[in-house]
Amino acid sequence: MNNPKELLYTKSHEWLKKNEDGTAYVGLTDFAQSELGDLVFVNLPAEGDPVTADEAFADVESVKAVSDVNSPVTATVVAVNDEVADQPALINETPYDAWLIQVTDIEDTAELLSAEEYEAFVENQ
Amino acid sequence: MKLIFERGNEGQALCLMPACDVPEVTLEGFEREGKLYLPHVSENELSRHYTEIAKRVHGVNDGFYPLGSCTMKYNPKVNEEAAALPGFVGVHPLQGDKNSQGCLEVLYKIEESLAEISGMDNVTLQPAAGAHGEFTGLLLIKSYLESIGATNRKKIIVPDSAHGTNPASAVMCGFEIVNIPSGADGCVDLEALSGAVGEDTAGLMLTNPNTVGVFDKNILEITKIVHDAGGLCYYDGANLNAVMGVVRPGDMGFDCIHFNLHKTFSTPHGGGGPGSGPVGCKAFLAPFLPGIRVNKKPCGCYTSGKAEKSFGEVKAFGGNFLVVVKALTYILTLGKEGIPEAAKNAVLNANYMQACLKDDFDLAYDVICMHEFVLTLDKFHKETGISALDLAKGLLDHGIHPPTMYFPLIVHEALMIEPTETEPKEMLDEAVAVFKELKKLAYENPQALHDAPVKTPVRRLDDVRAARTPVLRYNFE
Repeated sequence: MNNPKELLYTKSHEWLKKNEDGTAYVGLTDFAQSELGDLVFVNLPAEGDPVTADEAFADVESVKAVSDVNSPVTATVVAVNDEVADQPALINETPYDAWLIQVTDIEDTAELLSAEEYEAFVENQ
Repeated sequence: MKLIFERGNEGQALCLMPACDVPEVTLEGFEREGKLYLPHVSENELSRHYTEIAKRVHGVNDGFYPLGSCTMKYNPKVNEEAAALPGFVGVHPLQGDKNSQGCLEVLYKIEESLAEISGMDNVTLQPAAGAHGEFTGLLLIKSYLESIGATNRKKIIVPDSAHGTNPASAVMCGFEIVNIPSGADGCVDLEALSGAVGEDTAGLMLTNPNTVGVFDKNILEITKIVHDAGGLCYYDGANLNAVMGVVRPGDMGFDCIHFNLHKTFSTPHGGGGPGSGPVGCKAFLAPFLPGIRVNKKPCGCYTSGKAEKSFGEVKAFGGNFLVVVKALTYILTLGKEGIPEAAKNAVLNANYMQACLKDDFDLAYDVICMHEFVLTLDKFHKETGISALDLAKGLLDHGIHPPTMYFPLIVHEALMIEPTETEPKEMLDEAVAVFKELKKLAYENPQALHDAPVKTPVRRLDDVRAARTPVLRYNFE
């Protein structure tokens, strides 16, 4: 498993990438996409929507099931990735480039793991 | 294959319509603007069309169909015979009680039978499917809570192993969902349940035996926790086939239940006709029931009416009445001895298959199961690259309908197997041999399983394309 070191991870298999301008990207981990299988639909929030740490902000549908995606942070959505909404397969192909939302005004965070900690957590799953 | 619109040609027809014996009128302003697209085929062509479709599907009449949670038992032909009786087929729902005594008797008798089997007091036959029954049952609960002024009770507790229809039905009724995790044994985690109930609890929805095929041994404590908190208990009858005539949901503490007549009482599944999902309840919920309530008078005749505080209708008249006739036929055919015997054989068949397969595949829960059991192909998948989906596709080449895949969601690479009671031991042995053969193939020639199926009319489907760009109608232009 190749989880980028500069990202932070949640136990519900989302990644968080903090940007220098104070915003952050949120996406699904490689493990999550491989467990879900081929994704066919992604429901994303709208720009300006609030998201809450550890609560669902989106859902993804694979050929197996529909699953919630939890937010790693309490913040406000500034951008959604329309490309991913049109082509959910991008999450399967390049999970760490296929961000779902960009957030700003981060007020709170869920329990976040480093890449090593996340890999150890996945190993025990 | 050709679609029905690609067969025949303009002018070909099935039959001659009788001459019109009333004056023709034109409804001004309602004329059809475009062409009406109807197939133009002879009876012979139509017959070929349906035969061709029938050759491309797999039903329980074609072979083994161990689709977990769906109870694909054999549908006895005598059911069809009863449902085809002219008195049932030709009845009109508005012809009045006096001229519908036989039909009212059917509704009365099946209500009596289902109430006895489930330990409930009353049953409505109106809901048209299992999930429709859930919706109806929850409306009963909602109506009752409103009648006692408990409008603050808005939360329905659902375990994470539940059928997806449970939370969906509750949301449709305006409830909020509280999800609780299952314990390591797949049963309700009592601590999680105790922590979840409160003054806002409307009720709990539960399947027992649950979706992993295990009977929850704490069931009496579970329903007590919910009742003590002031909530009601809803029994999802999806798995009633495992316990019918043996234990009763009413005795487990449930207040309300839906039955899936197509699962438990041998009526056809979807595609084989309309569905039926009757709802049973304890007497305190009965005043709110929808639909026709049938009473028997001392003279032995039947009258129909409405429940006093009925919340309304969920379907027209008596529901899908002919399906109800088939279920009653089944119940009367099996009788008081046959009903529990069917349940016990369903459990025996599942345990036999589980015992035959447990050395070759990992069980999600290594316990004596009820009517179904769940394999987890997680380790197998990591070792061979063959997923539950690949194995399922391999089964198709052997004339076996795959088990339910990737459900329940709490089990990785799940295959949920439910052989039902209507399969002989020989069939189970054949199926077990196929599973073992496919396991061998997974290690020796995994590509063969990635390529499967190769013997079916349609090869491996593109699931993603089917989900994203389905072609749902014929394009005439």
